[in-house]
Amino acid sequence: MRRVFTLKIDDRDVSGNEEQSVLDVARENNIFVPTLCHVDGLTAIGACRLCLVEVQGVAKLLPACTTMVREGMVIHTTSPRLAEYRKMIVEMLFTEGNHICSVCVTNGHCELQSLAVKLGVDHIRLPYLNPIREVDASHERYAFDFNRCILCTRCVRVCEEYEGAQTWGVMGRGIESEIISDLDQPWGDSKTCTSCGKCVQVCPTGALFLKGKSVTEMVKHREFLPYLATMRKVGKNGHG
Amino acid sequence: MATAKVRVATVWLDGCSGCHMSFLDIDHRLLDIADRIELVYSPLVDLKVFPPEVDVTLVEGAISSEDDLEKIKHVRARTKILVALGDCSVTGNVPSMRNPFEVKDVLARAYLDPDLTNPGVPSLVVPTLLPYVRPIHTAVKVDVFIPGCPPHADTIFYVVAELLEGRLPDLSAKTRFGA
Ligand code: SF4
Ligand code: SF4
Ligand code: FES
Repeated sequence: MRRVFTLKIDDRDVSGNEEQSVLDVARENNIFVPTLCHVDGLTAIGACRLCLVEVQGVAKLLPACTTMVREGMVIHTTSPRLAEYRKMIVEMLFTEGNHICSVCVTNGHCELQSLAVKLGVDHIRLPYLNPIREVDASHERYAFDFNRCILCTRCVRVCEEYEGAQTWGVMGRGIESEIISDLDQPWGDSKTCTSCGKCVQVCPTGALFLKGKSVTEMVKHREFLPYLATMRKVGKNGHG
Repeated sequence: MATAKVRVATVWLDGCSGCHMSFLDIDHRLLDIADRIELVYSPLVDLKVFPPEVDVTLVEGAISSEDDLEKIKHVRARTKILVALGDCSVTGNVPSMRNPFEVKDVLARAYLDPDLTNPGVPSLVVPTLLPYVRPIHTAVKVDVFIPGCPPHADTIFYVVAELLEGRLPDLSAKTRFGA
Protein backbone atom coordinates (compact mmCIF):
# COMPACT_ATOMS: atom_id res chain seq x y z
CA MET A 1 0.00 0.00 0.00
CA ARG A 2 1.21 3.49 -0.84
CA ARG A 3 1.15 5.92 2.06
CA VAL A 4 -1.26 8.82 1.67
CA PHE A 5 -0.36 12.32 2.90
CA THR A 6 -2.47 15.40 3.44
CA LEU A 7 -0.99 18.79 2.69
CA LYS A 8 -1.93 22.34 1.72
CA ILE A 9 -1.39 23.89 -1.70
CA ASP A 10 -2.39 27.54 -2.03
CA ASP A 11 -4.51 27.28 1.14
CA ARG A 12 -6.42 24.27 -0.17
CA ASP A 13 -6.41 20.93 1.64
CA VAL A 14 -5.23 18.27 -0.79
CA SER A 15 -3.90 14.75 -0.56
CA GLY A 16 -1.30 12.76 -2.43
CA ASN A 17 0.60 9.51 -2.10
CA GLU A 18 4.29 8.94 -1.49
CA GLU A 19 4.99 8.32 -5.17
CA GLN A 20 3.63 11.69 -6.23
CA SER A 21 5.47 14.95 -6.71
CA VAL A 22 4.13 18.33 -5.67
CA LEU A 23 3.53 18.94 -9.39
CA ASP A 24 1.46 15.74 -9.76
CA VAL A 25 -0.76 16.69 -6.83
CA ALA A 26 -1.09 20.31 -7.96
CA ARG A 27 -2.21 19.18 -11.42
CA GLU A 28 -4.66 16.65 -10.01
CA ASN A 29 -6.27 19.59 -8.23
CA ASN A 30 -6.22 21.87 -11.26
CA ILE A 31 -3.61 24.16 -9.77
CA PHE A 32 -1.46 25.60 -12.55
CA VAL A 33 2.30 25.37 -12.16
CA PRO A 34 4.36 26.33 -15.22
CA THR A 35 6.77 23.65 -16.54
CA LEU A 36 9.09 23.24 -19.48
CA CYS A 37 11.60 20.42 -18.95
CA HIS A 38 8.95 18.21 -17.37
CA VAL A 39 6.64 16.11 -19.48
CA ASP A 40 4.42 13.37 -18.07
CA GLY A 41 5.96 9.97 -18.64
CA LEU A 42 9.63 11.03 -18.59
CA THR A 43 11.87 11.05 -15.52
CA ALA A 44 11.64 14.45 -13.80
CA ILE A 45 15.02 16.18 -13.63
CA GLY A 46 14.28 19.66 -12.27
CA ALA A 47 16.36 21.40 -14.93
CA CYS A 48 14.39 24.42 -16.12
CA ARG A 49 13.30 25.71 -12.66
CA LEU A 50 10.03 27.12 -14.01
CA CYS A 51 8.03 25.02 -11.60
CA LEU A 52 9.68 26.49 -8.47
CA VAL A 53 7.29 26.78 -5.53
CA GLU A 54 7.55 28.05 -1.96
CA VAL A 55 7.46 25.42 0.76
CA GLN A 56 6.84 26.72 4.26
CA GLY A 57 9.84 26.17 6.53
CA VAL A 58 12.26 25.73 3.61
CA ALA A 59 14.39 28.77 2.79
CA LYS A 60 15.09 27.76 -0.82
CA LEU A 61 12.53 27.56 -3.57
CA LEU A 62 11.91 23.96 -4.61
CA PRO A 63 11.04 22.55 -8.05
CA ALA A 64 7.55 21.05 -7.89
CA CYS A 65 8.41 18.38 -10.46
CA THR A 66 11.14 16.72 -8.36
CA THR A 67 9.87 17.44 -4.84
CA MET A 68 7.86 14.55 -3.44
CA VAL A 69 4.87 15.32 -1.21
CA ARG A 70 5.13 14.82 2.54
CA GLU A 71 2.68 14.94 5.40
CA GLY A 72 1.71 18.44 6.48
CA MET A 73 3.55 20.36 3.75
CA VAL A 74 2.36 23.92 3.18
CA ILE A 75 3.02 25.03 -0.39
CA HIS A 76 2.46 28.24 -2.28
CA THR A 77 2.59 28.13 -6.08
CA THR A 78 2.18 31.86 -6.67
CA SER A 79 3.81 34.96 -5.22
CA PRO A 80 5.34 38.13 -6.64
CA ARG A 81 8.78 36.60 -6.13
CA LEU A 82 7.90 33.40 -8.04
CA ALA A 83 6.22 35.38 -10.80
CA GLU A 84 9.34 37.50 -11.26
CA TYR A 85 11.73 34.52 -11.26
CA ARG A 86 9.60 32.62 -13.76
CA LYS A 87 9.46 35.60 -16.10
CA MET A 88 13.20 36.00 -15.82
CA ILE A 89 13.83 32.33 -16.67
CA VAL A 90 11.68 32.58 -19.79
CA GLU A 91 13.44 35.80 -20.79
CA MET A 92 16.84 34.15 -20.35
CA LEU A 93 15.76 31.24 -22.56
CA PHE A 94 14.82 33.73 -25.27
CA THR A 95 18.19 35.50 -25.07
CA GLU A 96 20.26 32.34 -24.95
CA GLY A 97 19.26 30.97 -28.36
CA ASN A 98 17.96 32.64 -31.51
CA HIS A 99 14.17 32.60 -31.27
CA ILE A 100 12.58 34.30 -34.26
CA CYS A 101 9.01 33.12 -33.69
CA SER A 102 7.58 34.69 -36.85
CA VAL A 103 9.66 32.39 -39.07
CA CYS A 104 9.71 29.31 -36.82
CA VAL A 105 8.28 25.94 -37.82
CA THR A 106 6.45 25.65 -34.52
CA ASN A 107 5.15 29.22 -34.28
CA GLY A 108 1.73 29.02 -32.64
CA HIS A 109 2.31 25.55 -31.14
CA CYS A 110 5.41 26.17 -29.05
CA GLU A 111 5.55 25.64 -25.29
CA LEU A 112 8.15 28.37 -24.75
CA GLN A 113 6.14 30.85 -26.74
CA SER A 114 2.86 30.10 -24.96
CA LEU A 115 4.56 30.22 -21.56
CA ALA A 116 5.78 33.72 -22.41
CA VAL A 117 2.15 34.72 -22.96
CA LYS A 118 0.94 32.96 -19.85
CA LEU A 119 3.60 34.59 -17.66
CA GLY A 120 3.18 38.06 -19.15
CA VAL A 121 6.51 38.26 -20.97
CA ASP A 122 5.85 40.86 -23.69
CA HIS A 123 9.48 41.92 -24.18
CA ILE A 124 12.92 40.74 -23.10
CA ARG A 125 14.69 42.96 -20.58
CA LEU A 126 18.07 41.24 -20.91
CA PRO A 127 20.44 41.63 -23.86
CA TYR A 128 20.15 38.98 -26.58
CA LEU A 129 23.30 36.86 -26.86
CA ASN A 130 22.97 36.18 -30.62
CA PRO A 131 25.01 32.97 -30.52
CA ILE A 132 26.22 31.24 -33.66
CA ARG A 133 24.36 27.91 -33.68
CA GLU A 134 24.14 25.28 -36.37
CA VAL A 135 21.27 23.47 -38.05
CA ASP A 136 21.75 19.72 -38.56
CA ALA A 137 19.62 18.65 -41.52
CA SER A 138 21.59 15.49 -42.28
CA HIS A 139 18.84 13.10 -41.15
CA GLU A 140 16.60 11.79 -43.91
CA ARG A 141 13.30 12.66 -42.23
CA TYR A 142 14.02 15.13 -39.40
CA ALA A 143 16.09 18.22 -38.69
CA PHE A 144 17.60 19.75 -35.56
CA ASP A 145 17.80 23.54 -35.33
CA PHE A 146 19.97 24.28 -32.31
CA ASN A 147 18.95 27.97 -32.52
CA ARG A 148 15.57 27.02 -31.02
CA CYS A 149 16.82 24.53 -28.42
CA ILE A 150 16.27 25.30 -24.72
CA LEU A 151 18.33 22.33 -23.46
CA CYS A 152 15.38 20.78 -21.64
CA THR A 153 16.78 17.29 -22.50
CA ARG A 154 13.34 15.83 -23.20
CA CYS A 155 14.80 14.38 -26.43
CA VAL A 156 17.70 12.80 -24.53
CA ARG A 157 15.35 11.23 -21.99
CA VAL A 158 12.70 9.90 -24.35
CA CYS A 159 15.38 8.37 -26.58
CA GLU A 160 16.99 6.63 -23.63
CA GLU A 161 13.94 5.77 -21.54
CA TYR A 162 11.54 4.58 -24.26
CA GLU A 163 13.45 3.88 -27.44
CA GLY A 164 16.54 2.58 -25.67
CA ALA A 165 18.70 4.03 -28.43
CA GLN A 166 20.61 6.69 -26.44
CA THR A 167 21.31 8.66 -29.60
CA TRP A 168 21.03 12.07 -27.95
CA GLY A 169 23.37 13.42 -25.30
CA VAL A 170 24.55 16.67 -23.76
CA MET A 171 28.05 17.99 -24.44
CA GLY A 172 29.79 20.90 -22.67
CA ARG A 173 28.86 22.82 -19.54
CA GLY A 174 26.69 25.79 -18.60
CA ILE A 175 26.01 28.21 -21.40
CA GLU A 176 28.32 26.14 -23.66
CA SER A 177 26.06 23.07 -23.37
CA GLU A 178 24.92 21.50 -26.62
CA ILE A 179 22.66 18.65 -27.63
CA ILE A 180 24.61 16.15 -29.72
CA SER A 181 23.81 12.92 -31.51
CA ASP A 182 26.11 9.95 -30.87
CA LEU A 183 29.67 11.27 -30.37
CA ASP A 184 28.90 14.71 -31.83
CA GLN A 185 28.43 13.27 -35.29
CA PRO A 186 25.86 14.37 -37.86
CA TRP A 187 22.42 12.96 -36.96
CA GLY A 188 22.11 11.44 -40.42
CA ASP A 189 25.23 9.34 -39.83
CA SER A 190 24.03 8.03 -36.47
CA LYS A 191 24.43 4.28 -35.99
CA THR A 192 22.09 4.28 -32.99
CA CYS A 193 19.12 6.40 -34.18
CA THR A 194 16.16 4.23 -35.20
CA SER A 195 14.34 7.17 -36.85
CA CYS A 196 11.38 6.60 -34.52
CA GLY A 197 10.75 10.35 -34.18
CA LYS A 198 9.85 10.33 -30.48
CA CYS A 199 12.38 13.10 -29.79
CA VAL A 200 10.77 15.28 -32.44
CA GLN A 201 7.33 14.91 -30.85
CA VAL A 202 8.37 15.58 -27.24
CA CYS A 203 10.55 18.59 -28.05
CA PRO A 204 8.67 21.63 -26.66
CA THR A 205 10.01 24.06 -29.28
CA GLY A 206 10.89 24.24 -32.96
CA ALA A 207 14.35 22.71 -32.34
CA LEU A 208 13.38 19.23 -33.57
CA PHE A 209 11.01 19.03 -36.51
CA LEU A 210 9.90 17.01 -39.50
CA LYS A 211 11.52 17.98 -42.77
CA GLY A 212 9.13 19.63 -45.18
CA LYS A 213 7.25 21.52 -42.46
CA SER A 214 7.18 25.25 -43.04
CA VAL A 215 6.51 28.19 -40.68
CA THR A 216 3.73 27.36 -38.15
CA GLU A 217 3.23 23.86 -39.60
CA MET A 218 5.04 21.77 -36.99
CA VAL A 219 2.42 20.58 -34.51
CA LYS A 220 3.74 18.05 -31.98
CA HIS A 221 1.89 14.87 -31.05
CA ARG A 222 2.63 13.54 -27.59
CA GLU A 223 -0.32 11.16 -27.12
CA PHE A 224 1.98 8.17 -27.47
CA LEU A 225 3.87 9.08 -24.31
CA PRO A 226 1.16 8.66 -21.63
CA TYR A 227 0.18 5.42 -23.38
CA LEU A 228 3.71 4.03 -23.33
CA ALA A 229 4.15 5.22 -19.73
CA THR A 230 1.07 3.27 -18.66
CA MET A 231 2.20 0.17 -20.52
CA ARG A 232 5.59 0.39 -18.87
CA LYS A 233 3.96 0.50 -15.41
CA VAL A 234 1.81 -2.48 -16.31
CA GLY A 235 4.94 -4.33 -17.37
CA LYS A 236 6.65 -3.55 -14.07
CA ASN A 237 3.79 -4.15 -11.63
CA GLY A 238 1.73 -6.71 -13.45
CA HIS A 239 -1.30 -4.39 -13.14
CA GLY A 240 -2.33 -0.88 -14.23
CA MET B 1 -17.14 72.18 -26.25
CA ALA B 2 -14.78 70.39 -28.58
CA THR B 3 -11.89 68.67 -26.82
CA ALA B 4 -8.44 68.82 -28.38
CA LYS B 5 -7.65 65.96 -30.70
CA VAL B 6 -5.13 63.33 -29.65
CA ARG B 7 -1.96 63.80 -31.64
CA VAL B 8 -0.89 60.44 -33.07
CA ALA B 9 2.22 59.54 -35.09
CA THR B 10 3.56 56.36 -36.64
CA VAL B 11 7.21 55.68 -37.40
CA TRP B 12 8.83 53.09 -39.66
CA LEU B 13 12.31 51.87 -38.72
CA ASP B 14 13.77 48.49 -39.82
CA GLY B 15 10.63 46.51 -40.61
CA CYS B 16 8.76 45.33 -43.67
CA SER B 17 5.80 47.78 -43.35
CA GLY B 18 3.57 44.84 -42.43
CA CYS B 19 2.67 46.50 -39.14
CA HIS B 20 1.55 49.61 -40.99
CA MET B 21 -0.51 47.40 -43.33
CA SER B 22 -2.08 45.79 -40.29
CA PHE B 23 -2.79 49.26 -38.88
CA LEU B 24 -4.65 50.11 -42.10
CA ASP B 25 -6.55 46.83 -41.79
CA ILE B 26 -8.40 48.46 -38.90
CA ASP B 27 -10.51 49.65 -41.87
CA HIS B 28 -13.81 51.42 -41.20
CA ARG B 29 -13.15 51.53 -37.48
CA LEU B 30 -10.49 54.11 -38.30
CA LEU B 31 -13.34 56.36 -39.40
CA ASP B 32 -15.03 55.90 -36.01
CA ILE B 33 -12.03 57.40 -34.26
CA ALA B 34 -10.98 59.77 -37.05
CA ASP B 35 -12.59 62.82 -35.46
CA ARG B 36 -10.78 62.18 -32.18
CA ILE B 37 -7.25 61.86 -33.53
CA GLU B 38 -4.94 63.89 -35.66
CA LEU B 39 -2.28 61.96 -37.59
CA VAL B 40 0.63 64.38 -37.26
CA TYR B 41 3.41 62.24 -38.72
CA SER B 42 3.56 58.91 -40.53
CA PRO B 43 4.86 57.21 -43.67
CA LEU B 44 1.18 57.37 -44.62
CA VAL B 45 1.09 61.19 -44.64
CA ASP B 46 3.38 63.61 -46.41
CA LEU B 47 5.28 65.31 -43.61
CA LYS B 48 9.05 65.27 -43.43
CA VAL B 49 9.68 66.52 -39.89
CA PHE B 50 8.61 64.78 -36.70
CA PRO B 51 6.65 67.43 -34.78
CA PRO B 52 6.91 68.24 -31.06
CA GLU B 53 4.30 67.27 -28.43
CA VAL B 54 2.95 64.08 -29.92
CA ASP B 55 0.60 62.18 -27.59
CA VAL B 56 1.01 58.66 -28.96
CA THR B 57 3.64 57.28 -31.35
CA LEU B 58 3.46 53.76 -32.76
CA VAL B 59 6.90 52.52 -33.82
CA GLU B 60 7.27 49.73 -36.35
CA GLY B 61 10.71 48.20 -36.86
CA ALA B 62 13.98 47.56 -35.06
CA ILE B 63 17.01 49.78 -34.64
CA SER B 64 19.45 48.62 -37.32
CA SER B 65 21.36 51.72 -38.39
CA GLU B 66 22.81 54.88 -36.91
CA ASP B 67 19.94 56.72 -38.54
CA ASP B 68 17.34 54.51 -36.78
CA LEU B 69 19.03 55.18 -33.46
CA GLU B 70 19.00 58.95 -33.92
CA LYS B 71 15.40 58.88 -35.11
CA ILE B 72 14.07 56.89 -32.17
CA LYS B 73 15.76 59.19 -29.64
CA HIS B 74 14.32 62.21 -31.41
CA VAL B 75 10.86 60.61 -31.49
CA ARG B 76 10.99 59.60 -27.83
CA ALA B 77 11.88 63.15 -26.76
CA ARG B 78 8.76 64.46 -28.51
CA THR B 79 6.30 61.72 -27.54
CA LYS B 80 4.23 61.16 -24.40
CA ILE B 81 3.34 57.49 -24.94
CA LEU B 82 5.68 55.41 -27.06
CA VAL B 83 4.30 52.13 -28.38
CA ALA B 84 6.57 49.37 -29.74
CA LEU B 85 4.43 48.00 -32.57
CA GLY B 86 5.25 44.48 -33.71
CA ASP B 87 8.02 41.95 -33.22
CA CYS B 88 10.80 43.87 -35.02
CA SER B 89 10.30 46.77 -32.66
CA VAL B 90 9.78 44.53 -29.62
CA THR B 91 12.41 41.79 -30.18
CA GLY B 92 14.50 42.61 -33.27
CA ASN B 93 12.74 39.74 -35.10
CA VAL B 94 13.74 38.98 -38.70
CA PRO B 95 16.13 41.95 -39.11
CA SER B 96 18.06 40.64 -36.09
CA MET B 97 18.80 37.36 -37.88
CA ARG B 98 21.99 39.01 -39.10
CA ASN B 99 23.21 39.51 -35.52
CA PRO B 100 25.33 36.36 -35.21
CA PHE B 101 27.35 37.58 -38.23
CA GLU B 102 29.68 40.52 -38.70
CA VAL B 103 28.36 43.55 -40.58
CA LYS B 104 31.12 43.33 -43.21
CA ASP B 105 30.14 39.73 -43.97
CA VAL B 106 26.45 40.65 -44.14
CA LEU B 107 27.19 43.48 -46.59
CA ALA B 108 29.46 41.23 -48.65
CA ARG B 109 26.74 38.60 -48.84
CA ALA B 110 24.16 41.14 -50.01
CA TYR B 111 26.23 43.34 -52.31
CA LEU B 112 29.43 41.59 -53.36
CA ASP B 113 28.11 38.33 -54.75
CA PRO B 114 30.17 37.78 -57.94
CA ASP B 115 26.97 36.81 -59.77
CA LEU B 116 25.56 40.33 -59.38
CA THR B 117 25.69 42.49 -62.49
CA ASN B 118 27.16 45.41 -60.62
CA PRO B 119 28.62 44.31 -57.29
CA GLY B 120 29.55 47.06 -54.79
CA VAL B 121 28.63 48.11 -51.26
CA PRO B 122 26.68 51.40 -51.32
CA SER B 123 28.53 54.13 -49.43
CA LEU B 124 26.48 57.25 -50.15
CA VAL B 125 23.07 58.15 -48.65
CA VAL B 126 22.50 54.67 -47.20
CA PRO B 127 22.80 54.86 -43.37
CA THR B 128 25.62 52.96 -41.66
CA LEU B 129 24.52 49.69 -40.09
CA LEU B 130 25.06 49.14 -36.36
CA PRO B 131 26.91 45.97 -35.28
CA TYR B 132 23.67 44.55 -33.85
CA VAL B 133 19.99 45.01 -34.64
CA ARG B 134 18.24 45.95 -31.39
CA PRO B 135 14.70 46.19 -30.04
CA ILE B 136 13.76 49.83 -29.45
CA HIS B 137 13.49 49.48 -25.65
CA THR B 138 17.27 48.95 -25.52
CA ALA B 139 17.69 52.59 -26.56
CA VAL B 140 14.63 54.46 -25.23
CA LYS B 141 11.84 53.96 -22.70
CA VAL B 142 8.84 52.13 -24.16
CA ASP B 143 5.40 52.46 -22.57
CA VAL B 144 3.44 49.74 -24.40
CA PHE B 145 4.69 46.58 -26.14
CA ILE B 146 2.60 44.96 -28.88
CA PRO B 147 4.25 41.68 -29.94
CA GLY B 148 3.11 40.06 -33.20
CA CYS B 149 4.34 39.74 -36.78
CA PRO B 150 2.34 41.71 -37.56
CA PRO B 151 0.00 42.27 -34.61
CA HIS B 152 -3.61 41.72 -35.66
CA ALA B 153 -5.58 44.80 -36.68
CA ASP B 154 -7.99 44.11 -33.79
CA THR B 155 -5.09 44.19 -31.36
CA ILE B 156 -3.78 47.49 -32.72
CA PHE B 157 -7.27 48.97 -32.65
CA TYR B 158 -7.75 47.83 -29.06
CA VAL B 159 -4.50 49.57 -28.06
CA VAL B 160 -5.38 52.81 -29.83
CA ALA B 161 -8.93 52.78 -28.42
CA GLU B 162 -7.68 52.19 -24.87
CA LEU B 163 -5.09 54.95 -25.18
CA LEU B 164 -7.79 57.31 -26.46
CA GLU B 165 -9.76 56.53 -23.30
CA GLY B 166 -6.70 57.45 -21.26
CA ARG B 167 -5.99 53.87 -20.19
CA LEU B 168 -2.81 51.83 -20.62
CA PRO B 169 -3.91 48.71 -22.54
CA ASP B 170 -3.55 45.28 -20.96
CA LEU B 171 -2.39 43.02 -23.77
CA SER B 172 -1.99 39.81 -21.82
CA ALA B 173 -3.36 36.87 -23.83
CA LYS B 174 -4.25 39.18 -26.74
CA THR B 175 -1.09 38.65 -28.76
CA ARG B 176 2.31 36.94 -28.65
CA PHE B 177 5.72 36.87 -30.30
CA GLY B 178 5.16 35.68 -33.87
CA ALA B 179 1.36 36.17 -33.74
S1 SF4 C 1 11.00 27.63 -30.69
FE1 SF4 C 1 9.16 28.65 -29.91
S2 SF4 C 1 9.92 30.48 -28.87
FE2 SF4 C 1 11.56 29.71 -30.19
S3 SF4 C 1 11.31 30.80 -32.14
FE3 SF4 C 1 10.16 28.88 -32.33
S4 SF4 C 1 8.07 29.47 -31.71
FE4 SF4 C 1 9.41 31.07 -30.96
S1 SF4 D 1 16.16 19.59 -28.97
FE1 SF4 D 1 14.13 20.05 -28.09
S2 SF4 D 1 13.77 18.38 -26.62
FE2 SF4 D 1 15.95 18.36 -27.08
S3 SF4 D 1 16.87 19.63 -25.47
FE3 SF4 D 1 16.50 20.97 -27.24
S4 SF4 D 1 14.47 21.89 -26.83
FE4 SF4 D 1 14.67 20.09 -25.47
S1 FES E 1 9.46 21.54 -14.92
FE1 FES E 1 10.29 21.40 -12.93
S2 FES E 1 12.28 22.15 -13.21
FE2 FES E 1 11.52 22.10 -15.27
